[in-house]
Amino acid sequence: MFALLRSMWEVFLHAFRKRATIPYPERVAFLPPRWRGRIILSRDPGGQERCVACYLCAVACPVDCISLQAAEDEDGRRYPEFFRINFSRCIFCGFCEEACPTCAIQLTPDFEMSEYHRPNLVYEKGDLLISGPGKYPDYDFWKVSGVAIRGKGKGEGVEERPPADPRGLMP
Amino acid sequence: MPTIHVEGRPYEVPEGLNLLDACLSLGFDVPHFCWHPALGSVGACRQCAVKQFKDENDTKGVIVMACMTPARDGTRVSIADAEAAEFRRSVVEWLMLNHPHDCPVCDEGGECHLQDMTVMTGHDYRKTRLPKRTFRNQDLGPFVAHEMNRCIECYRCVRFYRDYAGGRDFGVFGAHDHVYFGRMESGALASEFSGNLVEVCPTGVFTDKTLHSHYARKWDLSTAPSVCVHCSLGCNTLPGERYGMLRRVRNRYHPDVNGYFLCDRGRYGYEFVNGERRLTLALARGEPVSPEAAVEEASRLLAAARGVVGIGSPRATLETLFALRELVGPERLCSGLAARDLEPLRRAMRGLSGAVPAASLADVRAADAALLLGGDPTGGAPMLALALRRSARVAPVARLASHVPAWNDAAVRQAIQRESGPLFVASTAPTRVDDIATARVVSAPADVARLGFAVARRLGAAGDEVRLHRDAHAFARDAAAALAAAERPVVVADAASGEAVVAAAAEVAEALAARGSGVRLALALPECDSAGLALAGGFPLEDALASLRSGEADTLVVAENDLFRRLPPALAEELLSLARGVIALDCVRTPTVERAHVALPAATFADGTGTLVSSEGRAQRSFAAMPPSGDARESWKWLARLAGDAGGGGRWETEDAVLDALSGLPGLAGARDAAPPASFRLVGMKVAREPHRYSGRTSMRADVDVKEGQPPADADSPLAFTMQGFQGFPPPPLVPRYWAGGWNSVQALLRYQVQAGGALRGGSPGIRLLDGGRSDGGSPSAEAGRFPVPEAFEPRRGEWLLVGAPAIFGSEELSSLSPSVASLAPRPYVGLSPEDAERAGLREGGRVRVGAGEASAELPLRLVPGLPRGVAIVPEGLRAMPAEVRPGGYARVEAAGEEAEPR
Repeated sequence: MFALLRSMWEVFLHAFRKRATIPYPERVAFLPPRWRGRIILSRDPGGQERCVACYLCAVACPVDCISLQAAEDEDGRRYPEFFRINFSRCIFCGFCEEACPTCAIQLTPDFEMSEYHRPNLVYEKGDLLISGPGKYPDYDFWKVSGVAIRGKGKGEGVEERPPADPRGLMP
Repeated sequence: MPTIHVEGRPYEVPEGLNLLDACLSLGFDVPHFCWHPALGSVGACRQCAVKQFKDENDTKGVIVMACMTPARDGTRVSIADAEAAEFRRSVVEWLMLNHPHDCPVCDEGGECHLQDMTVMTGHDYRKTRLPKRTFRNQDLGPFVAHEMNRCIECYRCVRFYRDYAGGRDFGVFGAHDHVYFGRMESGALASEFSGNLVEVCPTGVFTDKTLHSHYARKWDLSTAPSVCVHCSLGCNTLPGERYGMLRRVRNRYHPDVNGYFLCDRGRYGYEFVNGERRLTLALARGEPVSPEAAVEEASRLLAAARGVVGIGSPRATLETLFALRELVGPERLCSGLAARDLEPLRRAMRGLSGAVPAASLADVRAADAALLLGGDPTGGAPMLALALRRSARVAPVARLASHVPAWNDAAVRQAIQRESGPLFVASTAPTRVDDIATARVVSAPADVARLGFAVARRLGAAGDEVRLHRDAHAFARDAAAALAAAERPVVVADAASGEAVVAAAAEVAEALAARGSGVRLALALPECDSAGLALAGGFPLEDALASLRSGEADTLVVAENDLFRRLPPALAEELLSLARGVIALDCVRTPTVERAHVALPAATFADGTGTLVSSEGRAQRSFAAMPPSGDARESWKWLARLAGDAGGGGRWETEDAVLDALSGLPGLAGARDAAPPASFRLVGMKVAREPHRYSGRTSMRADVDVKEGQPPADADSPLAFTMQGFQGFPPPPLVPRYWAGGWNSVQALLRYQVQAGGALRGGSPGIRLLDGGRSDGGSPSAEAGRFPVPEAFEPRRGEWLLVGAPAIFGSEELSSLSPSVASLAPRPYVGLSPEDAERAGLREGGRVRVGAGEASAELPLRLVPGLPRGVAIVPEGLRAMPAEVRPGGYARVEAAGEEAEPR
């Protein structure tokens, strides 16, 4: 009997405590920047696609919900011809972001992506690509890689010597 | 057998190995780069360091390079020794000093030996901040992409390209940290085996250029064990598919056939599968129709026929040929070859099933003397030329055996210099193996055959002596002596060189066999299932034409054959127009398919399962790497359905059923056992075609349907079109890829072999069919009567004998539809010796008119030094070649009316 009354009292006291719930969607909860929500593809500081279609996100994905096809543009830059994430399968584990060697794929603090139809949760590259560099403002993969692209020839990357002359005999 | 002690435990290893080879074969993980089982050791990379101890009391030990240290009895080594491990770690660190930050955009990534070794040695952090050395790349042609920054200077590429494959236009330049591997200047690699650089290179310096244009990682490819369809040798391949498109072909190791390498035609010919000429929909009078409608129409044609002739093909599988035979009846089965192609093939098959065993490519590689008669194998059977290159080293290396082990490649090379073993080349035109020939003669086909017969008679074959002129006489004398002195000689010829040459080669081999020699006979046949076709039987195309002319038959079923490639255009035209109904089955749109009333789309090697018989007589099963494209399916399935509709027997549903029926035929009984049946399971599972890291399963078809459907079933093989299934080490005929823990690159193959570079665990795939007949006793070629020695060739005035020269790129039907291969196909030409051209007043590059009878065509003239008098060569089977010019007969060659401006 006493225990019953004590429980009722405790419940009553909760009415005066600080509320954990918020009146969403009128008020928006704070999500830290490293929240693992909706996946985006970012661009490099030059405004070009960061994704080089290395397939590492796809192979890291535990539910295999990423598929893409590599292609090369006329500048010699590798890019995904298509890039598809099936969010109806995604578990937002963030392995793809960890695997990405070019900081292209990033998880964002956004989770509002409910749909009535599953096909609407299949995002193509156009749905994923944002116009900025996301969390990593400075990184540009092509500047540190050894391959030549238009505008950056051999030996013009970061910490590279000018191309060696194979016929030279000088030390 | 010597006993070596690794980490204190004794192991027995075969005689004459080095420590690296021995330890890897025992299953230890020893990092290495420059050592390759087929190339031997040079000790260039310093990566395979291990600690060697003097005796059991020695605790200090010394670091040695495992690849340069013989595995002698009592050798004690430690791989795990801390000092050795640190040494290996720092070697990788040095190699990585200049290695670029490229892996995400490198085509080697995911199957890179350098990645594997870096992980294996534990090097994980770049300490230096020094700038990296860079190089400019070269354009090496349509097959191989070049990215020199990634090079780790292991020298495998030059050792393969120059030392193994005999290439001249690729080498190593520069010194110390700017050593450069490439050509003198940009340009297509001239070697026919350049594609192997892709697999030989331990990192991404050389990558597959055709794969680059539709790139997929190794872990994303659905692969299956397959057999190359671009020549008769039956090299084993691993085609890989992604998103319904064939992406690449890699080598599948077969110790007795191709070993570690493929030719460029086999590696890059695959693009026809994705090509625009591919037939994937059924056609009725040229219009796409449903498969049901097409079958109905075809059945109607067959029901209304007065007589049906089934035309087979040397590129159709054994199953298809058998189903065709069952549909039309054995007496109405046509081989699909003209008599001039069928006779040499039959003669060759008699030779191969005679007293002398057919040579596998491994037999050729191990031969200590060789006689090559007829055409250049580089064009028609390229890997045979590579095997001959290997055989030319056998005798010189054997002479060194007492003091230099064969694996010590640099020392062996230094010792033998340019010495090359007895290889006698009697050819109809200069060949690509002339540089290693002991002696060579170039003469007309009849004279080559006479020379062969002369050698045979010298070796004791019955018959009159053959009179030769002086050069040929000396050649025959020396060749006979060298062959007689050899333990395992091999006689090589190409069936395309004609019946006389094949008969001569068989006679030489039989004469040697009669002397008790371990001789083998290697006869290259024209196409991938020529041997199967010969075993299935069938009459020449001329007889089919006769039965249509007489009205005995009026309907044709053409299985995977383009009649316009087999017959002169007028005859092919007549054959097709005489037929009231033509049902053609093919995987590509050929002129025959265009003319057919009903065309049924056939599967290719990549999307169909079937059995092919190689020129060695080896029946090998080739499994589909991908589900059939469109409505395509194996030709035998269409034929079985037509047979069922016609009320006949033989309505087989599965591969196993057709193989069971087929094994009733004489000579084909073994074909069923070439690979395990479809019911075969490992731990209750089928073998998975997709690797365990396959990605995108729930996304790749999500744009069409977000629900993941059932994977396609496969009733024809013990392989599954999914990643669910057996992922371990299946029996060799079912190995879909090479992967072992820690070994993502092709070097994982070590774990599939009993001994590095040796036998596979579980035996060699395939069943040799021709060995069975031999035990019955008696030599079929003796019964069939001896081939008469042909008359000596006499040059004619104003006329030349047209000899076909198969081109590696462009002459084979299917690979010539692959854009990369087609880009290297020669332009049509007619070749004359400079002397003949001068006498006729013709000059290099000028337009000449080549004509026989009524037909003639204009071609540019090419001077071919060394060509015999009175002989002209023309490339065989080129798509761009005018149909009027057909090798085999005499033709006039004269200056065209007005000389065109040289371009």
